[in-house]
Amino acid sequence: MELKDKLISSFFAFEEHVDVNTKVHNTRSEAMKNFEATGFPTRKDEDWKYTSLKSILKEDYSLFPKKEDAIEYKDVKKYFIHDIDAYTIVFIDGIYSSHLSQTTHDKIDACLMSSALSKDKYKPIIEKYFNKIAPKTSLNSLNTAFSREGAFINIPKNTVADKPIQILNFSTGNESALMLQPRNLVILGENSNVQIIERHQSLTDNAVLTNSVTEIYAEKRAILDYYKIQNDKSSASLIDNTYVEQKDDSNCSIHTFSFGGKLTRNNLQFFQKGEHIDSTMKGVTIIEDKQHVDHNTLVHHIEPNCESHQDYKGIYDDKSVGVFNGKVVVEKEAQKTNAFQSNNNILVSDKATINSKPQLEIFADDVKCSHGCTIGQLDEDAMFYLKSRGIPEKEARALLMYAFANNVLSSVKIPELQQRINKLIANKLNVNLGFDL
Amino acid sequence: MNKFTEDDLKKELETKEYEYGFYTDIESETFPVGLNEDIVRAISKKKEEPEWMTNWRLEAFRIWQEMEEPDWANVNYPKPDFQNISYYSAPNKKPKYDSLDEVDPELLDTFKKLGISLDEQKMLAGVAVDVVMDSVSVTTTFKKTLAEKGIIFCSISEAIKEHPELVKKYLGTVVPQKDNFYAALNSAVFSDGSFCYIPKGVRCPMELSTYFRINQAGTGQFERTLVIADEESYVSYLEGCTAPMRDENQLHAAVVELVALDDAEIKYSTVQNWFPGSKDGKGGVFNFVTKRGLCEKNAKISWTQVETGSAVTWKYPSCILKGDNSVGEFYSIAVTNNYQQADTGTKMIHLGKNTKSTIISKGISAGKSQNSYRGLVQINGRAENARNFSQCDSLLMGNECGAHTFPYIEAKNKTAKIEHEATTSKIGEDQIFYCNQRGIDTEKAIALIVNGFSKEVLNKLPMEFAVEAQKLLEISLEGSVG
Repeated sequence: MELKDKLISSFFAFEEHVDVNTKVHNTRSEAMKNFEATGFPTRKDEDWKYTSLKSILKEDYSLFPKKEDAIEYKDVKKYFIHDIDAYTIVFIDGIYSSHLSQTTHDKIDACLMSSALSKDKYKPIIEKYFNKIAPKTSLNSLNTAFSREGAFINIPKNTVADKPIQILNFSTGNESALMLQPRNLVILGENSNVQIIERHQSLTDNAVLTNSVTEIYAEKRAILDYYKIQNDKSSASLIDNTYVEQKDDSNCSIHTFSFGGKLTRNNLQFFQKGEHIDSTMKGVTIIEDKQHVDHNTLVHHIEPNCESHQDYKGIYDDKSVGVFNGKVVVEKEAQKTNAFQSNNNILVSDKATINSKPQLEIFADDVKCSHGCTIGQLDEDAMFYLKSRGIPEKEARALLMYAFANNVLSSVKIPELQQRINKLIANKLNVNLGFDL
Repeated sequence: MNKFTEDDLKKELETKEYEYGFYTDIESETFPVGLNEDIVRAISKKKEEPEWMTNWRLEAFRIWQEMEEPDWANVNYPKPDFQNISYYSAPNKKPKYDSLDEVDPELLDTFKKLGISLDEQKMLAGVAVDVVMDSVSVTTTFKKTLAEKGIIFCSISEAIKEHPELVKKYLGTVVPQKDNFYAALNSAVFSDGSFCYIPKGVRCPMELSTYFRINQAGTGQFERTLVIADEESYVSYLEGCTAPMRDENQLHAAVVELVALDDAEIKYSTVQNWFPGSKDGKGGVFNFVTKRGLCEKNAKISWTQVETGSAVTWKYPSCILKGDNSVGEFYSIAVTNNYQQADTGTKMIHLGKNTKSTIISKGISAGKSQNSYRGLVQINGRAENARNFSQCDSLLMGNECGAHTFPYIEAKNKTAKIEHEATTSKIGEDQIFYCNQRGIDTEKAIALIVNGFSKEVLNKLPMEFAVEAQKLLEISLEGSVG
């Protein structure tokens, strides 16, 4: 049975299973109808021109995993950013794992989507925020239809979260192939501040497909730092859909580090609904073999005096394919907008491919918008300089790659996380530089 | 000193009417409207074409019938009704003239109004002009001088008759019949156009030039141009156009094919100033053009365009860099005003080793117009050491217009070096202030800035054309270019 048909037919069973109020029920049914009508995107869609889902959709995914599998903390310890004290929300095969998690309701809510969807206490919040900014694309609709579990983070007005929050999604491989659809909701009240780290990790060689949707709302003067670590096994694919709505004077930044996975697609969109907003999206992609990473970004400048910064770096080896499709839209009311976009790529192998499409759509005249895109190689002179000082080729190459990605790496605001990412890169490049960068 | 502000400029731009809107009353022989195989056959017969040509057209027509009109471009317009167009129109009196005196005086008058006096140009500029009035080549000058060098410069229908071996060999090799919807349509019904062949090792001593005009109401113009530069030759080809004012939208679907063999160089310059529609967006020409060049070893093709007219422009002059060390260049200024829409850019396909391409695109939008750059840079796996530099700058005047950039960059070779840069800005108040301070009034200051903005491209135009380009820029942005 085709995956689409399977999803449609299992929707009714799913609906009976979950206990929800009618409002969300309607949202789900509508979303399902929408997915039924549109189906999975194909390369005929302009947004999917360079990324085909065909190969990952043909697996026979199990949609509802059996009971929670007992994984011990020691088995997954290495995936925690354990050097820092953090709230942790852990899901195993899409199901919340209480013994690995540390949630809170003290001052801030860092808890579960399932309870937010079902408890009366959260009803006004769900009505106000749930499924409001995610565009009705087929993949979002699919996620909405099956939305049940995920992280729910609510930072009230004038609150600074005392610790970062980690969201970890593990898949165990008890099923031969598994499809997961986590749904996260992050709300930052006025003047609030939070740091979030999100990671998807497969513990098996069985195929895993994650179609994740995260909606983020930043009220006035809120500050958000969001880090996505994508370093999964080569059997796992991820479609990450993240949407951010910002109000006046808020400042949101999202960093995406893509090192692993078979196919990774990041749909990241910012909607600026206020003035003096700052939006930042940065990413480092280092991939090899037949990996495929696609960054699809959009910044929608709706009001005047806002800024956006995009900086994506990519290093591609072997037969890997990198896609960058960045779009900046400046509405005619959005005067005095400053929008910057830069995409730099290095091709290490002859078989690697880069497809880059930085787009600008500008309707206002008093703006400063620029984008730059480069594709090139490591500087031979710099390589020679390093080698002539006794640094072996591999290490020299790694050093230059670090330097290339440094702009993005250095803007990670959690030092422990920065170190962790440096280590991930060192592993990826198979070098030991013998010192911390 | 009267103060000329950007608002004044805007107002002036809006009220500026098309200067060259007039209609020459020459009896034309026009086919009934509609398109079917009989019409295609009739066109072919009318042009006294050999059978292979008729079949080639019919093949294209059959392909066209299967195709759908593309709608991916960032433009909105009512789709033309292809059954409501007359596909052939030729000025009635069409004997070949020996001298200009024999030419219909009214026609000569038309050119005078356009500021192109044939005889004057003949003497002053040294430009051979193959004038295309509607669809049939009426007069060709300087043919003898060219013939001495072995250069063939004539209308394509003449070439089909007299040089069938060349036409047969190259026609459709760069832009095949099935390339796209408009190219297929053009292949089926093209009425005329220019043909040019530069023999091996010959450097064409003068700029070759054609002027296209759309004249007869309700007839689309389907030009077909084929330029072949044989090994080690050089040619610079100019193309310029103006069209009279007309309420109904007119369709123009031309195809231009360039073939640059080993070590050859082709420079193709266009000034396009067709009727852009009235200031409330009524009428205007639809310009759907397919232009492409093929570079063999060490060859170079350079496209330069100044696009100021047309209601809708859909045009991507491209280079296929097939041979090693070949070079492709694209320099463009696109000016849109009122309700004009332009979706233009280029494609650089790098196939050979050490190929280089440069893209400089300048977009100026005013009024309620939409100006898009859409370009593709593709480095194929075997294109070692390919190099591309792209720069797209947009200048916005007023906040009712839009500027868009859609660059597609695809690299499949690790030795590729690609740079792409785009900026969008308006004329800075500090820039104007700086000029004012030095005694330059605002009008001149704007002129200076716009001129500076487009200089990189204007510089690429041949001398003979630069003046004309300036003139045409003036029409679109009067008061801003001095």
